[in-house]
Amino acid sequence: MKSDPELYDYLPYKNRPKITWPGGARLAFWVAPNIEFYELEPPGNPQRTPWARPIPDVLAYSYRDYGNRVGFWRMMEAMEKYGVRGSVSLNVAVCDHHPEIIAECVKRDWEFYSHGTYNTRYTFGMSEAQERALIEDAIATVKKHSGQKLAGWLSPALTNTERTMDLLAEYGLLYTCDLFHDDQPMPVKVKSGRLISIPYSLEMNDIIAYNSNLVPPRQYGEIIKAQFDQLYEEGETSGTVMCIPLHPFLVGQPHRIAAFADALAYITRHDKVWVTTGREIAQHFLANHHDDFLAASRRSAPR
Amino acid sequence: MSLPDDYLKYPKRRHGMDHDRYDWSMLVKRRKIVWPGDARVALWIVPALTWYPLDSKGKPFRAPGALLNPYPDYRHYTHRDYGNRVGIFRIMKVMDDLGLKASVAMNAAVATRYPALIEEINARAWEIIAHGVDMDKLHYGGLAPDAERALVQEAVGTLRQRSGQKITGWLSPGKSESGNTLDLLAEAGIAYVCDWINDDMPYGVRTSHGGIHALPHPYELDDYTILIQNHHSEADFVQQVIDQFDALYAEAGQQGGRIMALGLNPWVIGCPYRIKYLRQALTHIVSHKGVWSATGAEILAAFRGQE
Repeated sequence: MKSDPELYDYLPYKNRPKITWPGGARLAFWVAPNIEFYELEPPGNPQRTPWARPIPDVLAYSYRDYGNRVGFWRMMEAMEKYGVRGSVSLNVAVCDHHPEIIAECVKRDWEFYSHGTYNTRYTFGMSEAQERALIEDAIATVKKHSGQKLAGWLSPALTNTERTMDLLAEYGLLYTCDLFHDDQPMPVKVKSGRLISIPYSLEMNDIIAYNSNLVPPRQYGEIIKAQFDQLYEEGETSGTVMCIPLHPFLVGQPHRIAAFADALAYITRHDKVWVTTGREIAQHFLANHHDDFLAASRRSAPR
Repeated sequence: MSLPDDYLKYPKRRHGMDHDRYDWSMLVKRRKIVWPGDARVALWIVPALTWYPLDSKGKPFRAPGALLNPYPDYRHYTHRDYGNRVGIFRIMKVMDDLGLKASVAMNAAVATRYPALIEEINARAWEIIAHGVDMDKLHYGGLAPDAERALVQEAVGTLRQRSGQKITGWLSPGKSESGNTLDLLAEAGIAYVCDWINDDMPYGVRTSHGGIHALPHPYELDDYTILIQNHHSEADFVQQVIDQFDALYAEAGQQGGRIMALGLNPWVIGCPYRIKYLRQALTHIVSHKGVWSATGAEILAAFRGQE
């Protein structure tokens, strides 16, 4: 085991190259709904038990199933109202279980990136062959159901191996959401090709807000607005990214949807905000800023 | 630690669910439901009357609200029991004042121990939902079918006998089921189950004894979850109930009848300083036209008439 992930160099948030987003925007804003499938009877994993209670864990399973049956639609309507396309963190088995949801996303020109096959199958402990099979499944399934070339990755249930980033770059993916070390995209050190991290944010994630930090819904809306205000102000000189990661089974509940919609209304009424997707952020950064950031990182590394 | 080769085999990767208990369907794609009187929202209030035995084992896990301290845990035992003695009467007062009815989820032990509560409930023509034997008699994967059948029969039988009600609804303690629970409930004549939290409307469930329904009994819109588990303020409790209602009420105008379900624990919301917040939240709801105060059985009957 390593004591450092060895995926990025330290680069202080000061005197960095400036990022300019399309249209002169200060801030790139993206919303990342996790559209997931949790299995009722998943296989065991030596490092993590999928469900807290004995199988069938009816409470936990049905809690998440709500997102697909009910919550997705409310979340999608709130996003559509404010002109926000989703970048879907997708358990790709949803393409098979619930193609109706995929079709609604395709219709609205949403992006799909991979969140593994099921959220009850974890990456840690996989052999290289298994991890390659996981990535190839995601690439093929997203292509088949949307026509899209897979560009992004968030490991299922945030489980990784040391080789994950190298494999993503080798397969031609552009970005990972698994690193939480910055408010700007950053180059990721990989064996071959290029890969960047895009800020995804645990703090803005509804599951962290609601189920770890236990915040009330209206406060979640205020948290989103305060995060935006700060990043928007800083973005004038640095160029920032703000992501709201979502889970339809949480944000899509009736008592929570108004607070989220209110936050979207607030953000989208500002100018100089680029409302975009993960793929578009990655493409813009790779084409315009990646090499400058790589050079700056190398300059700031200890000699 | 390596994983076996079949870790990436997915035998149930197919259209629909990964089990056969119910069909996959999106709420928004279903036919519109019309409630009696053309109401927009059915208001379904479910106070739970529960008993946590002093000698609770907490196996295979502790139900929400379960005793925590070493025996004899008078602290938690009596705090929960407060709801049966005092808190429920404050809830009843609010409901009576606002002209609302409830479905009470009752442990069979409560019916046996506190018959006065049965009288209060029957006097109001409120429904009783079977809530298992007590809060330490859990239904879970690994419980032998015969042992579970005995629990179901004891709970349903006791409540029927003590209340004279038909008892067609079921809420498992801790919303926990085994793989056999639904079959055993149908066998005992239960028509609807409250454990599943994946929908805002009723839907059909398959069992070995014919079809029953799942009703959207809440988990998160509940005084225990909001006030005790999440440590939110009473004002936040009110805000969440209002936001839930307002969203459903607006949606019902487009998509047909909805159900506003609220779970209550008398030992929580029945506390003297909290009860006014329940009144405040419910007053907001009943100030709207098109709110139908109903029991679970009534909601199910109206729904089934349109399936």
